[in-house]
Amino acid sequence: MTMNRRRFIQALGAAGALSGLSLGGCSTAGSKPSAGQVVVIGGGAGGATCAKYIRYLDSSINVTVVEPKTKFATCFMSNWVIGGLRDQDWITHGYADWSNKHGINMVHDTAVSIDPVAKVVKTRGGQSIKYDRCVVSPGVDFRYDTIDGYDATVAETVPHAWHAGPQTALLRKQLEAMPDGGVFVIAAPPNPFRCPPGPYERASLVANYFKNHKPKSKILILDAKDAFSKQGLFVAGWTEHYGYGTGNSMIEWRSKANDGMARAIKAGSRTVVTEFGEVKADVLNVVPAQKAGHIAAVAGLTDASGWCPVDHLTWESKVHKGIHVIGDAAIQAPIPKSGYAANSEAKVCAAAIVALLNGRTPDVPSWVNTCYSLVTPTHGISVAGVYTYTDGKVAEVKGAGGLTPKDGHFSLEATYAESWYKNIIDDMFG
Amino acid sequence: MTTCKLLFAAIAIAGLAASQTVSAADAGGKIIAAQCNGCHGFEGASKGAVPALKGKPAIYLSESMKEFKSDKRKGTIMNRIAKGYSDNELDNVAKYYSGLK
Repeated sequence: MTMNRRRFIQALGAAGALSGLSLGGCSTAGSKPSAGQVVVIGGGAGGATCAKYIRYLDSSINVTVVEPKTKFATCFMSNWVIGGLRDQDWITHGYADWSNKHGINMVHDTAVSIDPVAKVVKTRGGQSIKYDRCVVSPGVDFRYDTIDGYDATVAETVPHAWHAGPQTALLRKQLEAMPDGGVFVIAAPPNPFRCPPGPYERASLVANYFKNHKPKSKILILDAKDAFSKQGLFVAGWTEHYGYGTGNSMIEWRSKANDGMARAIKAGSRTVVTEFGEVKADVLNVVPAQKAGHIAAVAGLTDASGWCPVDHLTWESKVHKGIHVIGDAAIQAPIPKSGYAANSEAKVCAAAIVALLNGRTPDVPSWVNTCYSLVTPTHGISVAGVYTYTDGKVAEVKGAGGLTPKDGHFSLEATYAESWYKNIIDDMFG
Repeated sequence: MTTCKLLFAAIAIAGLAASQTVSAADAGGKIIAAQCNGCHGFEGASKGAVPALKGKPAIYLSESMKEFKSDKRKGTIMNRIAKGYSDNELDNVAKYYSGLK
């Protein structure tokens, strides 16, 4: 696509007004006319990766990232903080050096609307930003309508800790303050949700903390499902390390069929109400059912499921042309909702946008998901998947991917889990 | 059973066809390689325990990946991931990383 002069100037004007710099990230545009203006909503695993790779693949494209936070805490690895293996700083990353290095315009504001006809994103702070292509990567929001008595206000005392940051720190603080002999209850969500093995890794790393510091304490997972990700590997690890299956198990898992699903919360007494009973917790962690991040719904990008249908070749919305949705908010099955998946989709989306803005046909994409969990600090497990574009959508390559084998090298996988984090952060924010 | 076998064969062929499509479009290996960067670091310049790929000899990279694919070499996750690609795709990824300075 060749951008006409007027639109190019508009784009520059928008970028300049936002960043306070005359040319913002367009300093390299002198070599050829800018191929266009991209606005990315959300600076997480999807948004940050996409912004960086668009600039990497075509530095003539002006990229603006709209993200309210000036520092971003990754949800992945936040269980390491909750379990006391690392501090909050380890999972927290600033945007300033990154945006300067890649010539990305950062707008620390909240996107409140997207006009798909005028191609304008508006922010709470009153800015209007024009785009040729918009990328929406808002992650997940919570379905507070699904558990009586649980909402955003209650979450300030009974954390979900499923958006990392202050919620992560709050849950860690509550676990530290809990007396030995207490019960930590995790109410796990129904499918589909962000990070399918997350609740079970969380139980594992809190069990590791209890084992070393509060050995009389227990963990109860109340689940809205009858099966969960990496279940065989978690159960084997819990049996080996935490007495699972014995009368003295540190972890108990109660399935939906066994009255595990949380129906209501009594926040004052940290009580979970199920269909047939009540469970009182000393520390309570409620992870509600999920849907695409708020802006996706506001912009009309979601369907009845609460998630966003997209064309997997380009991740362009099936509702509004010119708007791409990536990461947890998109309908991406069989790829799970993981940070790695968002990073993977972001690179496919970036390449497609660069092709489209330059008048080329997007290449046939390829995706990978790699997801590590810790059972203990030295017992790592993983699931991987390789995906191709088949019959117009994402499809898993049969015979590839899958779980750590039962006799896997768990200590090496734990080492690789940490390496994975360093490198995906380098890929996103380096 | 015959239906099952036929279905399995059809799926296998569909998978193969898809892989070949990617190969054709991705002669430089860049599209697949971008997917490796999540674990191996931006441009394969690993900052952790996972091996760096950037600038390594192509023959070393392609042989390593093929050995993981055939389980001749026992790794962890790479045995599972390498099985997702044709030998031609692995060669292209190896060439791409070996060419990065």
